Amino acid sequence: MTDQPLLSVRNISRHYGAHIGCEDVSFDLYPGEVMGIVGESGSGKSTLLNCMAGHLTPDRGQVVFDTRADGPRDTVTMSEPERRMLSRTDWAFVHQHARDGLRMGVSAGGNVGERLMAVGARNYGDIRTKATDWLGRVEIDATRIDDRPSTFSGGMQQRLQIARNLVTGPRLVFMDEPTGGLDVSVQARLLDLLRGLVRDMGLSAVIVTHDLAVVRLLADRLMVMKSGRVVEQGLTDQVLDDPQHGYTQLLVSSVLQV
Amino acid sequence: MTEQAYNFAYLDEQTKRMIRRAILKGLAIPGYQVPFASREMPMPYGWGTGGVQVSAAVLCPEDRMKVIDQGADDTTNAVSIRSFFERTAGVETTTSTAEASVIQTRHRVPEMALSEGQILVYQVPIPEPLRFLEPRESETRKMHSLEEYGLMHVKLYEDIARHGHIATAYAYPVKVEGRYVMDPSPIPKFDNPKLSDCAAIQLFGAGREQRIYALPPYTSVVSLDFEDHPFEASKPDHPCGLCGAEDSYLDEVIMDDAGGRMFVCSDTDFCEARRLAGHKGKDAA
Repeated sequence: MTDQPLLSVRNISRHYGAHIGCEDVSFDLYPGEVMGIVGESGSGKSTLLNCMAGHLTPDRGQVVFDTRADGPRDTVTMSEPERRMLSRTDWAFVHQHARDGLRMGVSAGGNVGERLMAVGARNYGDIRTKATDWLGRVEIDATRIDDRPSTFSGGMQQRLQIARNLVTGPRLVFMDEPTGGLDVSVQARLLDLLRGLVRDMGLSAVIVTHDLAVVRLLADRLMVMKSGRVVEQGLTDQVLDDPQHGYTQLLVSSVLQV
Repeated sequence: MTEQAYNFAYLDEQTKRMIRRAILKGLAIPGYQVPFASREMPMPYGWGTGGVQVSAAVLCPEDRMKVIDQGADDTTNAVSIRSFFERTAGVETTTSTAEASVIQTRHRVPEMALSEGQILVYQVPIPEPLRFLEPRESETRKMHSLEEYGLMHVKLYEDIARHGHIATAYAYPVKVEGRYVMDPSPIPKFDNPKLSDCAAIQLFGAGREQRIYALPPYTSVVSLDFEDHPFEASKPDHPCGLCGAEDSYLDEVIMDDAGGRMFVCSDTDFCEARRLAGHKGKDAA
């Protein structure tokens, strides 16, 4: 781990008219680290994630990313082509609903290959080999490579979305409720897969979720948000086992025990 | 005979000026789709309203016009557009490619090489090559402006994955001067190589979609492909039944209900000229 943070978020604020989306959020993310963001619906988690990933423009603040070529750059003020290039190469974004992140009319292989072709791959055989390899890594049978994602189950679609995002070897992955809407056994396999990929590839990730079990498994550090503000942050186990803020205590005690 | 109720070539001068401006902009930025205020024309959308407006804007009284539809000079669309300009512009018309100064075409490029001074006007139904891949116009415009054309190859990838080869046979996407990806209108991919380095001006008009784009003479036009699946200008593997030509694009004509068929040149002018010159195919009477 180096001393240079991969992503450094400084005083991000985003308002929707008079409503607060998120307010004055700052944190650093180091290479290989997984940051969890939890909070109830409407607490500004997704707003924050979208601001970081460049889908929304924050009203104030900086999102400094350590680019391969030029070192730390503020992605908020960087030009749109540069930002879109980043989001095709060094960044990945996993949507809650796989349908938002996949092209449903295009085969699984085409979905995985799209990012490769977007950065200039022009050899069909190579693209095909890489796609097959990635389908294998996310445990999708290679015989399904020419099937459309609409014929896949929810869990498979989600895994396909992950393969499609990771094929260009990004360094930073944004995940918005990656396990939302999946049943528990599928969730468990997906989490297992994600954990393996994050460890193997040395990815950094920002995971937004309302599921505390997900962050317990995946995240090194945790940030708790309420009404657009960060109320508590620290190591995951520390925050979950010894919550300090009243809201975090409420959140932790609300988890149903089986 | 010109009917005096019309302005020359049907459109009013202001409209022609607006269209000429769009054409000039299109010529200045080869392959870029220039929006224009398409007018209602006395024909239904899909019958060449875009091409007709572009032709009307470039026609001069001394021009000689040729109209082809799928290569033929004698089909409904070709005949009616030709008579439209005979009536409204009073220009001379011809079926000979060599003698025409303005050629309006649907779905074909003439077999004969065009020369400097000629204008080829294409009728375009859907000008946006990315349309069926990305439905949002705002997004496709952004992709054009940022030169993000990876998606176009996804379509070709899908073709190979599904059919084993690039099965797109018409409206095959091309890259113009290394910059804009362009839909060459639904010409067969056999005609794609003729777009490149062509001596004539090529203008594309899409009436319903309100877009004009253009290729100035001698523009480089490259068909997209993969390194291991290169572009191939395909055509039926037969000689023409009437004139015996081996290198022209052919139509398949069903002769009877017992499987009889014959292949003939789709470019009727080309075929006739060859027959007059004494060439004879196996089906020629």
